Parts: sequence; C-alpha cells; structure tokens
Amino acid sequence: MTSPTQQTLEVPVADGEGERYSLRMGPQHPATHGVLRVDLELDGETIIECKPQVGYLHRGFEKLAENRTYAQALILTDRLDYIAAMANNVGYCLAVEKLLGISVPLRAKYIRTLVCEMSRLCSHLLWLATHALDIGAMTVFLYCFREREILLDLFEELCGARLTFSYPRIGGVRQDVTSHFINELQRFLDIFPSKIEEYETLIDTNRIWLKRTVGVGKLSGEEALALGLTGACLRGSGVDYDLRKHQPYDAYDQVEFEVPLGSDGDIYARYRCRMEEMHQSARIIQQCIDQLPPGPIIGPDAPDLVMPNKIPARIEADSSAYGTGLIRLIRDRTPYLTGDVYLATEVPKGELGFYFISDGNNRPYRMHIRSPSFIHIGALAAIAKGELIADLIANIGSLDVVLGESDR
Amino acid sequence: MEQVAITERMRAEFPDEILSSYSNQGQTAVIVRPGRIVEMLRWLRDSDDLRMNHLRSLCGVDNARRKDPGLSRFEVVYNLYSIPLRHEIRLRAEVGDKDPAIDSVVGLWCGADWLERETYDLMGIRFNNHPDLRRVLLPEDWVGHPLRKEYPLKGKVEWAGMTELLEQVKELDKFGFDPEGHAHGQAGPDQEEEE
Repeated sequence: MTSPTQQTLEVPVADGEGERYSLRMGPQHPATHGVLRVDLELDGETIIECKPQVGYLHRGFEKLAENRTYAQALILTDRLDYIAAMANNVGYCLAVEKLLGISVPLRAKYIRTLVCEMSRLCSHLLWLATHALDIGAMTVFLYCFREREILLDLFEELCGARLTFSYPRIGGVRQDVTSHFINELQRFLDIFPSKIEEYETLIDTNRIWLKRTVGVGKLSGEEALALGLTGACLRGSGVDYDLRKHQPYDAYDQVEFEVPLGSDGDIYARYRCRMEEMHQSARIIQQCIDQLPPGPIIGPDAPDLVMPNKIPARIEADSSAYGTGLIRLIRDRTPYLTGDVYLATEVPKGELGFYFISDGNNRPYRMHIRSPSFIHIGALAAIAKGELIADLIANIGSLDVVLGESDR
Repeated sequence: MEQVAITERMRAEFPDEILSSYSNQGQTAVIVRPGRIVEMLRWLRDSDDLRMNHLRSLCGVDNARRKDPGLSRFEVVYNLYSIPLRHEIRLRAEVGDKDPAIDSVVGLWCGADWLERETYDLMGIRFNNHPDLRRVLLPEDWVGHPLRKEYPLKGKVEWAGMTELLEQVKELDKFGFDPEGHAHGQAGPDQEEEE
C-alpha cells in the first residue's frame, strides 16, 4: 500500500538553468551523528550553500544549572557529550573547584586523569568506528566496538554506569578504584596498542580511504583558528594547542606524553592525529597506574551530597538519614566565594570550557558551556562550501561532533 | 605576559574605555564600555606582544539579580587566549537595558558567528553588523529569551507549535496511519543513547 505522503513527494526536475536544487539532510540521517540537519543548496553534486541547523536536542542546561546547587548540576554534564561523559564531569568539577577554592587530593587527581583518558579512548574509538562506517569501511566499526566494550565494562565496574557516570565529584571522586579494576585495565593496556595497529592495517593505506580523506576538507592553521576549531581538528592543521600541556589540570603535569600534530589540515591529517592520540592516551593511563599514590579520594571541604563516607555506618540503611542528606543539599547555606572563572579542559572533541559566575549563593549565578561541537558544526558551513556532497559526510565525521554537547 | 601587565597595556591604549579591572582565582577580567569593542579586540589580536588569536568563548550575562554595584543590565563576556604566547584575559562589555546591542566580532573571528547567534537567541542581545542574526537553538517562532533572569524555569502554557503538531498527527491518522498497530507488528531494536 502506498501512503499518501509518498504520492505528494515532489521530484526535482532539471530546468533550463542547470540542476540547482535544495536538499534537507537529516535530522534522521544516519551519517549526521545524531539530530543534526543540514540544509543544502546543490548544483549537481557540488554544495553551493550549506546551512547546519541544530537545537533538536536543546534541553536548556545553562538555565537549569542556575536553579540547582553545584553538586546537583553535575549530572547535567553527563548529558553533554554522552560518549565521553567522564571528561565533561571532570571539566565541570575542575571549574567549580577553581571557582569555590576547593582542594583535591593527589590520588583523586590521578584517578581523574586515568578516567579522562579512558574516556578519550572511548570517544576516539566511537569516532573511528562511525567515521569509517560513513566512508564505507564496515569492519573497523566492529573492531572498534569490541575494544570500546571492554572500556565500558571497566567503567561499569568502577562506578556502576556505562554512559552517564557522574563519577567525579567536586573535590575528588566518588569511590576508590579496586585492585581488580586496575588489573583488568592493565590487561586491556597490554593488548590495546596491537589493536590500534590492527585498525591501521585496515585503513591507513587503503586506497578508498585515502581517496576519500587526503586533500578533502582542507584547512590552514589560521582558518581553523578563526573558525574556533579546537582539539584534533586544530592540531591536524599544525597548531600546537592542547590544554593538557598549555594549562595542565589534575595530574597531566605529572605524566609524560606528546601532542601529535598534523600539517596538511585535511581529513587524513585529523585521522592520523586522533590515532596517535590513542597511543598517547594509553601511555598516560599506564603512567597513572604505575604512579597512583595512596591517600584520600575526596577533599575535606567538598560541598557534596552527604555521601556514605560521612554518614555513620549504623544509620546508613535508614531512609530518614538519606532524606535529611537531600534536604541539607537543597537548603545548603554554606557561604561560597564570589567571582567569576573560566576553566577549559581538553575533552576528546576539543576545548570544553565552563564560565561560571558565583554571587556567594549555593547555586551558580550563571553557567556558560563553551562546547566544541557547537562551534565545530558552526564551522561546517565554511568547510563544506564548494565541496562535493559525499565529502560533507566525511567532513561531519572528521569534525567529530556530538549533538548532545552542541545543543546543550 | 602577566595578566595584570596586559590590563595596564589596555589602560594605556584605551583609557576612556576601561571601567575597572580585577583578579579572581588567578584570572584577570577587564570591564569595558561596549562602544569600541571591535577595535579593542582587534588590537588585542594583532598587537605583536599580545597576539590573542583564540576567542575561547563569548557569552551573555544578565546582571539583573547580581549583587555587585555599578553594573549595567547585560554584559557580553569574551575570553581570549594567545596560543603562541600562552596568556589569557577576559573582557566584560557592559550593555544597557534598552534594546541591548553591541558590535559583532565576526569580522575578526568567523567562528564568533554562532556564538553571537546563541547569545542573541538565549539572552536577547543584538549584534550589529552580524551577517545572519537568527535564533540557533530555539525554534524561530519562540517568544522570549530563556537565559534572562525574569524568564521562568517552567512556563504556564504549552508551546504554541504543539497544538499545530497534534493537529497534524490527527490529519495523518485519517490516512490510516496507525502507530499502535505498527508498534505491535514489530518491536524496535533497543535504543542506545549513542550517535
């Protein structure tokens, strides 16, 4: 049975002035990595104008955060970049710690660095999987998900969640790592470098892959910078900007790693950057495991929920104790420092910044999230113009956007 | 360069534009008048000893309920960073209550395009000379600017487009589209919150 909507579809007919037509790609298109819509003006297969449209996933996090306490607003950051939620959590916690002057124990810093890099691996694996799938390489997709699964299992063991962790806390982390977790992670690290080589043998010199990526979506360093690109997209164009080196946070100044740089600024350069970053992430995780110092995992002045480590054991199971804990959280009257702070962290997608204003209240007066995906999608119009529509797909994949973070 | 030294340089270059400056947690911010903001940012970007080539963030703030005295109703905050010289500075441009507007910096950083659209969308600050100032996150027919302090967290009425949408669903139902029957026929795969 044909549905009436099918009958009313207009077929674009070539008129005398050439084959110019407009096309709406998305928001349900599989290659737009979520609910991204791209309005295209096409001349044959060449893009004359490209207008990305976002907002389908807008949940008003900045407004919501103004109405929640600092500890409560943490869970919103899970829903930004849900592929690497841990990195968002850490970015948020670091910003609040700087704003309110809260100190973090060294062990917690190491654990956070470790989980951040695990998060980066997760994100880069998913990026490689879907980016390769968009261009037509199916096997890489399955291989990447295989390794990502191990990491998600490890996260599950660490904090009970696979995607939305809320594991870091303002002033530390929620709970300590177990020796079993460390052992399993070590086993993963032992096999992982060989797995990266496996992906590389599949696509690194693959003729189709090279045809689709080399020289496509080219950006010079100045162009990328003016467009506001950060992360591997900027480093692929040869600009040395990595916040882990520029403004080290947590334990990044205690570990050794290199920042891979590209020179050509095309999709292949960005691909190589991210592949090298995976090697470096594995290196950082290894150092964190080796150097992990003993000590507490949460600071004494953390304005947190009343966590089990603060409730006496004998009333731990008493629901009223948890009840008062929540009431205390909502009626938190601790005087906080006032002022404003901008703190950025290097998340897998780029520079994630939090701009906070505190007026001494227990809720942020204003929280602005500088999300790399939003800026990258904004830059898509300039990158895709004049290129072929097939390259648009490769470009979206290469910019590595996630719509939860873009729309906030 | 030290952030305080950058502030001093700015004071010498634009004496009439700087209202005040302060440091908080090792970060220095300069409160400025909005009139010559593009000129000021261009100078910060192009001066040989400053080279603030990375616009980290641009956002609007509603000062209606802020306790600090002497602030205008709105402000636009620019966080700048110099990648070659590794220093940063924050500029807070004070914008008035009546028809808040400030000059656009898209000419300096084309990436500011969407950041300014977002500020216009959520805070209602207009950017003069912006090439394409439309809403970006909210629907084009949205009324109000949610990040303003007087905007409620939860509205009293349904979004105007909702009734239209429900009517469209009714229209489609006439053609025999049966969502429930469809759902019984085949169970969809488990949705994962990815991609």
